[in-house]
Amino acid sequence: MNPLGEKYLRKSFLPFLFCPGCGDGMIVQSFLQAVDDLGVADDLAMAAGIGCSAWIPVYMHFDVFKGLHGRAIPAAIGLKASRPSRKVVVFTGDGDGLAIGGLHLIHAARRNIDMTVVIVNNQIYAMTGGQVAPSTGVGSRTQTTPYGNLEKPLDGCKIAIASGATMVSRWSTAHTRQLTRTFKKALNHKGFSFVEVLSQCPVQTGRYILGSGSPQFNLQWLKDNCVAVKDPSQWGEIEAQGKIPVGDILQIEKPEFMEEVQRMNQKVKEEAQAKGGDR
Amino acid sequence: MKKGRIKVMMGNEACMEAALLAGCRFYAGYPITPATEILEVMSMRLPLLDGLCLQMEDEIAAMVSVVAASWGGGKSMTATSGPGFCLMQEAIGLAVAVEAPCVIVNVQRGGPASGQSTSTAQGDFYQARYGSNGDYSLIVLCPSTAQEMFDHTIKAFNLSERFRTPVIILSDEVVGHIREKVFIPDADQLTFVPRKRPTVPMEEFIAWKADADGVPPMPDFNTGYKIPVISQAKSLDGNRGNAKEADENIRRIVSKIEDHMDEFAEVLIYGAEKAETAFVTFGSVCRAARSAVDMGREKGLALRSVEVKTVWPFPDELVRRALAGAKRIVVAEMNLGMIKREIERVVRQPEIKIELFSKIGGIYPQPQEFLRFLEEKR
Ligand SMILES: Cc1ncc(C[n+]2csc(CCOP(=O)(O)OP(=O)(O)O)c2C)c(N)n1
Ligand SMILES: [Mg+2]
Repeated sequence: MNPLGEKYLRKSFLPFLFCPGCGDGMIVQSFLQAVDDLGVADDLAMAAGIGCSAWIPVYMHFDVFKGLHGRAIPAAIGLKASRPSRKVVVFTGDGDGLAIGGLHLIHAARRNIDMTVVIVNNQIYAMTGGQVAPSTGVGSRTQTTPYGNLEKPLDGCKIAIASGATMVSRWSTAHTRQLTRTFKKALNHKGFSFVEVLSQCPVQTGRYILGSGSPQFNLQWLKDNCVAVKDPSQWGEIEAQGKIPVGDILQIEKPEFMEEVQRMNQKVKEEAQAKGGDR
Repeated sequence: MKKGRIKVMMGNEACMEAALLAGCRFYAGYPITPATEILEVMSMRLPLLDGLCLQMEDEIAAMVSVVAASWGGGKSMTATSGPGFCLMQEAIGLAVAVEAPCVIVNVQRGGPASGQSTSTAQGDFYQARYGSNGDYSLIVLCPSTAQEMFDHTIKAFNLSERFRTPVIILSDEVVGHIREKVFIPDADQLTFVPRKRPTVPMEEFIAWKADADGVPPMPDFNTGYKIPVISQAKSLDGNRGNAKEADENIRRIVSKIEDHMDEFAEVLIYGAEKAETAFVTFGSVCRAARSAVDMGREKGLALRSVEVKTVWPFPDELVRRALAGAKRIVVAEMNLGMIKREIERVVRQPEIKIELFSKIGGIYPQPQEFLRFLEEKR
């Protein structure tokens, strides 16, 4: 077994439930590499919802809370609130994170609460067998858009930025080295970090939307369609060409929510003490 | 006599006082009448105790964060009413499945849907027990005074720790908003049940293996155990269970509570214990029934009121005993006959017809009406 797997996987849980050629295993590896490089395994608390991608953290030998479909982020908030020193990481799908859980994404980003949200975008509801997702392209045929998808896809990164996230990146499973580097940045970032990973789902997206169930074909599709750029101002241009811009989009510093809570608590306690008596 | 202090306060406030005494340091909620005061007073008080009160984006987020905060370490709670309680149901099932101690207060208002936001009702009697999907069990307590809002909140936290289960306080608008004297014992006068912790060496610890009482020990996250907590029916090591493991998992989380009801089930009798006419009540209706019993006594009428304090799991045996010898049973409740179904199931004496004195629309029953009901329906 790969030494990272040896060190961090919950071996009794193997084999993975992922289909052959799925991108989720590659994400496991990129993430574990980041954890190993930083040596933060003991500080991690993982949260996930429901979906194929929600199983990613379950195989990792960390504390993991895999709750309800769409509700990974509120679970992460509960974990962070009960012990602010832990590093909370969410793994969510494009359906889990943008459809049923979209509201939670907006509000967690707005709070700039310290956590990393990794959204695995395979452009489909994979776990339930290939239905349209909010990230599915216009015209795509899926199990629930048999005549083609009429709805425009949602860009999770743009939502995160507009809502107040302080770190936003997008990569794909064709960029595993960049992904590890970005995971490390995100784990060290104080505030709400959002990492979108475009991932291949040969079995659903590949067969129904892209026209091939071959894992190689699907990975190649990502390579051909993702354009890495350093300057986020170029994103619009790339999108206009029908391609997907990837790269680090945003990293800024803003007051972090739990630190602000602790500051406020300290202040009101001191004020109450100065006043004396009970309130 | 316990040491403590007496204060006039609202039922909702009494609930908050008890929660803080019990050690609750995480509260997540969403404003909704008639439960909002709990969120408001929590937001005032928790910062002073280094706790956190969060107004979340909805009740789903509130309930989920409460469940996760429990695993994160520490006691957590939320409070809501009708529509919010609907939104919480899936996550209450989550709390059951991941065996997270936590407390949920439902200050009932009229339903269905938005119903009557400022009026009292008891229509969530079954929802509190059966609102989430699948086979499960949990504990539901019904206070009828501000004092019981306090007492039941302490009890709820203790039971949630004892059984690693969500405990619901099924209050209603009358009890939530009533202002009356509440005795608050000093903390050292109260008993608090600590969380059950692993006792075996870390390497030997199996996350979902229960002790003889059906309750597995629970470590906090980030204390070295590296636990998989999934919402699926699980194997002992925490993976998705096969059919046999799922069967055992579900049966255990039900029986850990239902086999130990003698530890917490509570049914009271007010009035003449052997009276042939008995009212059955729960929640705020107990109050009017007590007055009716008193008024009856003045008129030479022997009456008893059977007050069901722990409504779920339904205390069949205690209710049967409390109703022994009754010839006439009148169930009084603010819905179209919910606890009545349980009484019919429990009493099973064909010669006794279970009568229903029902009030809906937000109208609280007056004591005289109980007596009038007895006369008119005779
Ligand atoms: C409340 C609820 N609704 C629906 C489902 C069924 N369901 C399970 S996974 C899923 C979609 C997952 O899609 P996504 O988040 O994109 O994850 P993927 O499987 O593609 O990784 C759905 C709809 C559920 N488990 N819970
Ligand atoms: Mg998906």
